[in-house]
Amino acid sequence: MSGFVSSLDALPVLGILFQFVGYVVANSSFMSQTTVAVAVPIAFAALCGVMCERSGVVNIGLEGIMLTAAFVGWVVGAAAVGLLGAGTPFAIYGVTPPLMIGLVAAILAGMAVSLLHAWLAITLRVDQIISGTIINIGAVGITGYMYTLLAPQSPIGAGEFAAFVVPKQIEDLPLVGWLLNAVLGQGPIGMAMIVLVILLQIMLFRSRWGLRTRAVGEHPRAAETVGIDVIRLRYRNVVLSGALAALGGAWLTMEHGSSFGPSMTAGRGFIGLAAMIVGRWTPLGALGAALLFASATGFSTSLQISPPSGDLGHLMAYVPGEFWEALPYIITIVILAGLIGRSVAPAADGQPYERESAS
Amino acid sequence: MSGSQRRDSSPRSSGPNSFIRAIDLRPIAEPLFAILLALVVGAIGITLFSGLVPGHANFDIGLPIAAYSALIEGAAAYPNGWTSTLVYATPLILAGLGIALGFKAGLFNIGGRGQFLMGAVGSMAVATAIGPSAGPWITIPLALLVGGLFGAAAGFVPGFLKATSGAHEVVTTIMLNYIFVFATYWAISGPLKLPNAHQPITGDVSNLNASLPIVFGRDLNAGILLALVAVPIIWFLLYRTTLGFEIRAAGANPDAARYGGMRTNRLIVLTMSIAGFMSGLAGSTTLLGVVHQMAPGYDTTVGFDAITVALLGRSNPVGVLFAGVLLGAMRAGSQSMQIQAGVPAELVDALQAIILVFLVINVLRRWLRGRSAGPAAELSLGVETGHASEGAL
Repeated sequence: MSGFVSSLDALPVLGILFQFVGYVVANSSFMSQTTVAVAVPIAFAALCGVMCERSGVVNIGLEGIMLTAAFVGWVVGAAAVGLLGAGTPFAIYGVTPPLMIGLVAAILAGMAVSLLHAWLAITLRVDQIISGTIINIGAVGITGYMYTLLAPQSPIGAGEFAAFVVPKQIEDLPLVGWLLNAVLGQGPIGMAMIVLVILLQIMLFRSRWGLRTRAVGEHPRAAETVGIDVIRLRYRNVVLSGALAALGGAWLTMEHGSSFGPSMTAGRGFIGLAAMIVGRWTPLGALGAALLFASATGFSTSLQISPPSGDLGHLMAYVPGEFWEALPYIITIVILAGLIGRSVAPAADGQPYERESAS
Repeated sequence: MSGSQRRDSSPRSSGPNSFIRAIDLRPIAEPLFAILLALVVGAIGITLFSGLVPGHANFDIGLPIAAYSALIEGAAAYPNGWTSTLVYATPLILAGLGIALGFKAGLFNIGGRGQFLMGAVGSMAVATAIGPSAGPWITIPLALLVGGLFGAAAGFVPGFLKATSGAHEVVTTIMLNYIFVFATYWAISGPLKLPNAHQPITGDVSNLNASLPIVFGRDLNAGILLALVAVPIIWFLLYRTTLGFEIRAAGANPDAARYGGMRTNRLIVLTMSIAGFMSGLAGSTTLLGVVHQMAPGYDTTVGFDAITVALLGRSNPVGVLFAGVLLGAMRAGSQSMQIQAGVPAELVDALQAIILVFLVINVLRRWLRGRSAGPAAELSLGVETGHASEGAL
């Protein structure tokens, strides 16, 4: 046995691989919690993207929608605290009236920004990339402007939703305990993400709405021929999808933390876009990609907190921290380049629709 | 694609074949109208939240006037205002020309940010490698060239990916932006780090004999000359060379261009590389002429501002020059606006978005008044969407 183990040293790659697996298992509890948390806003952005692009509207304004919702949720929550007082947190998820008001405001704000995108992209048939770019620039400008004005008063937001405390019995279950702990031990927005992913996956592929949405995204002319109102369906999907990205934004200022910072989305909307592509425009795939991307963050955070020893530690010392941050984008480029399977967008994605002989 | 229908109403056919005739009234009037409208909306926005500005009452109508006059003073006062405007305009013009070139070819290059950063990294690498012993006459041209080439490499990648696998340049340039942002952070904390510094920071190019000379006033560096020279060069490239003709043809109708015997894949790679070169130069001139040194978190807004510049300038090199100066003026004036009137400088970003909204709507309203059918929103912006319909997005 000892001979076998020492021969592993002669194969450093294999040895490091074993160490890697050992390290991941040893730190799985911490890593899985970090990964699920990091994945929440990414998955929400990706869901928004899936819903838009499945119905044929490209949305690169995800980042702007999230940022706006994050800001509005925070500001309205703070205003509600001023009017109603902080309130006593409810036993489950620490819900207070100001938090709920802030959350609703964030969702409405996200839907309003999406409505702007829908109006520009669907009604006016403006280039959808330009429309998304406008939303991203505008969101940074307007939230930054308002934040700079409000910052000197340092308003205190409505606080944050509390995470669900997983019972010890569940956490201690063999094999799946850490996983259940990571999934269930979240706040309401994080939990809603998991529910919405499953719901959307079923809706998109098993419901009348889903069939129509996919038809409109693949071949709007044919969809119109069988009586589907393409424009209306696209409007409805784009505006509703804004609520999804908004939940991702609200998570930042109302569940993950309780304060706002300029440009605090920091590219999460764009990683969400990447997760949508890597997940092949399906809700479950998008969640998988979001978890994959987030696991890079989970792993690198874990490396900083408890650095591995031995060969793995030596190897990891050579990998700059920036690499882990860039990894989601590198994976996306590799997949887009067709090196690992192809990811194909809905056929009518990004193409404005015009009714035939509109009179 | 309704290329033939577009052509008759496009500003191109009304004569960018000559430098003078390119300046007809409509492409100037529409952006100016959009800007004026946006300023009005901005004034309403300032007034609505004036109560939050220290020393002002709610709904103070005087505040937008004070803000805009501070903005204009900061951007146009003699001499420090307008030199500051031109300093801000330099990278906007250079990068804007690159984005505009992409638009002409039907390519939407969102990668200005990454290409800009790679340009700055390339120049910093040259300045660090050569050191202060060589004269500025050697270091500066070499640093500019390498910066441009780094940017070109950053532009080459999405072009190559599009040509070989059809990966849409919008998505790849977004992803590459972040890859290059982190590559820049890594370069600042690794190979380019000042050896004995306590924090990740690069050397100062003015200590390395590599800072661009000041040509006027307090801060106007020689980069503006580069930008002013680049405008006619890109114009000549677009309207007087075979390559330029092919770029415009491929942008208007890629299928026709391909049937006409043009190698459109080669054109995509070339256009993206040239666009990257221009954004890289923007990064080089900013590093060598303005910031001189890269600190942790070094980043830029030029990449996205340049998209606004290219759209406002209708992808015409002369238009880009004016749009670049205009946006540069807004950036330059925003600082004094914040200091003197207390109105946050972020107003400029909000104004940019509002300007763009009015720009794209205005075009459409004109189209609704009765023109030929077809997706008309792009045409007057000079954005060709020929290639955009290809490849996965």
